[in-house]
Amino acid sequence: MPLSTQSQDDNDEQYILVASLDNARNLSNILKAIAFKDHAIFTATPNGLKVTVEDSKCLQANAFIQVEIFQEFTIKEDLVGFQVNLTVLLDCLNIFGGSTAPGLSTALRMCYRGYGYPLTLFLEEGGVVTVCKINTQEPEEPIDFDFCSSNVINKVILQSESLKEAFSELDMTSEVLQITMSPSQPYFRLSTFGNSGNAHYDYSKDSDMMELFKCTTTQTNRYKMLLLKPTTKALALSCKVSVRTDSRGFLSLQYMVRNDDGQICFVEYYCCPDEEVEEE
Amino acid sequence: MQCVVTGGNVKVLAKAIHSLSRIGDELYVEPQQDGLALRSVNSSRSAYACFLFAPLFFSRYSLPNGHDFRCKMAIKSVQSVFRSLATLEKTVEKCHIELDEQKNRLTFTLHCKHGLLKTHNLSYQDSESLQAVFDKEGCGNVFRAQPRLLVDTVVHFPPSLEEVSVSVSDNRMWFRNHVDEEERSKAMVTELCLASDEFDHFAVHAHNSVTFCLKELRGLLVFAESTGLPISMYFDEPGSPVVLSVTDSVLEGNFVLATLSHDDHSFQKNNTKGAPTAPPPPLDDFMNDDMDPYLIAMDTSMAPGTPEASSALTVCSPPQTPAANHSTRLHCEEEEEEEEETVDSDRPPNKKFRSLFFGSVFPSQMSTQPLPDQDVLASDSEEDDS
Repeated sequence: MPLSTQSQDDNDEQYILVASLDNARNLSNILKAIAFKDHAIFTATPNGLKVTVEDSKCLQANAFIQVEIFQEFTIKEDLVGFQVNLTVLLDCLNIFGGSTAPGLSTALRMCYRGYGYPLTLFLEEGGVVTVCKINTQEPEEPIDFDFCSSNVINKVILQSESLKEAFSELDMTSEVLQITMSPSQPYFRLSTFGNSGNAHYDYSKDSDMMELFKCTTTQTNRYKMLLLKPTTKALALSCKVSVRTDSRGFLSLQYMVRNDDGQICFVEYYCCPDEEVEEE
Repeated sequence: MQCVVTGGNVKVLAKAIHSLSRIGDELYVEPQQDGLALRSVNSSRSAYACFLFAPLFFSRYSLPNGHDFRCKMAIKSVQSVFRSLATLEKTVEKCHIELDEQKNRLTFTLHCKHGLLKTHNLSYQDSESLQAVFDKEGCGNVFRAQPRLLVDTVVHFPPSLEEVSVSVSDNRMWFRNHVDEEERSKAMVTELCLASDEFDHFAVHAHNSVTFCLKELRGLLVFAESTGLPISMYFDEPGSPVVLSVTDSVLEGNFVLATLSHDDHSFQKNNTKGAPTAPPPPLDDFMNDDMDPYLIAMDTSMAPGTPEASSALTVCSPPQTPAANHSTRLHCEEEEEEEEETVDSDRPPNKKFRSLFFGSVFPSQMSTQPLPDQDVLASDSEEDDS
């Protein structure tokens, strides 16, 4: 294996983080679900890797790649943080074309030596090794949306299939997406207010697409359509989605993503509400 | 108004709206006694399409209480109701169309699988009746074919092609891409010949060649193919409209398309009907067309008195020298601004359609006097001419 020889040549001792994947798509796919801005904050802990992307201080996306997904995950510190350009990283991960043909996958070994060093990627496919070094940036502090499950007012879990349809049809001329969650009719409603009129998508709580329905209070909040648009990338990859709102109207969207090997990862989006809406 | 569409008819309705969107930007909705009429007309008024869904098409059909109602709305917004056309059949179980005149809303409610309810409240504008006057029964050349035949024919033309010419003889029909005169030197001509036995019905009265826009035909073909309905084609002579229609027991669709009028034919055109044995135009004749007098009209009931008058129509006279019956007709149309638009030579070069009105003459409908109350193809007037 050229890759293993390569890594032998390198002195693994010098790295504070080494993570290997037999199939780089298991990383690149999930990163695509949050790739709406260039800068991504990487936070590695012994539990795995968390990648955070933010927009306008109003939207935050986190992808969690837990330690079990990696074939090797060695971390020498409790917490390793750095920031890289996500677009560049994704380009590197797909440097062999990102073929989806079975039996043909790109192996990845990702190494980081510490503050001030580049992120080094060893990518191997069919005996060809590419080494990419991506300059790291000063890690920013991710915004704390302070979204605690104890403050969650309403929560539904839906099969992504049914939401995909709605999101693909959303009237993009509407500035906001209004989400109504209620213990009574209309239970779970997505509304848009566009040029040609308004549209409502109502999901019954008894629908077989509804895995869980736990709404205690009627809540109507609006979220900027432009902010929510990137969430469709995560939705497209996911099999289930959990929609939660807390007492302040903050929105949490959690996507369960199944990778090529059938393992499960999570992508999470937080979004600030747009404005106060009188409850109807 | 309240309509309920169920099952496969939802897709038929959606397909009809999509094919209407090939014509114009606005959808004219008019609930009538004999069914729900959906219409559209293009901006130059050279193409018009109407679908009439009979009350039996719906599982419930009720008219607005006590008064006539008609409206128009952006066709895009109606299309967005039926956006996922491919999955529509599988997902939508029932579609309610309801009118809320208080709120000026037309509400489309789709009852989908898994209890998903999609409600689209669309705003509309009041509109006048849009009614084309055409007489397909009066056309000499009548054909009917399975959609597949026309789909397979049209597929040979590039998507960029704007117009096709259709010529007929006693037992043949030719489809040919129309080439502008100035492009003749570099153009490639594609011609397909269909034998009469490929058609379900093939009746030729005059050996004519008409040229019309392909886009609208393609739109209708998509509808006809998905519903499996045969397409009928009616036309007479260059300059008078070609009518394409699909019919079954619960719906009728008519597409009325302007045809290119041949300058050099305008004098002889009135004779055509009388002399059906007149030789067919030379095959290359369409190439001699001046592209300007692409005269169109949707008013087939106009009354050209003399051959001179009709020729004046076809060359699109400037407003100060209109043929007598031309001006008369325009005046009674209450469409002055349209007329000006039509003849204003300063407007940006309109490729083909300089006139909004058909200069078409149906000899069978000729009268010697212009009628003061003539119908216009796309009348925006308040008069209900139906």
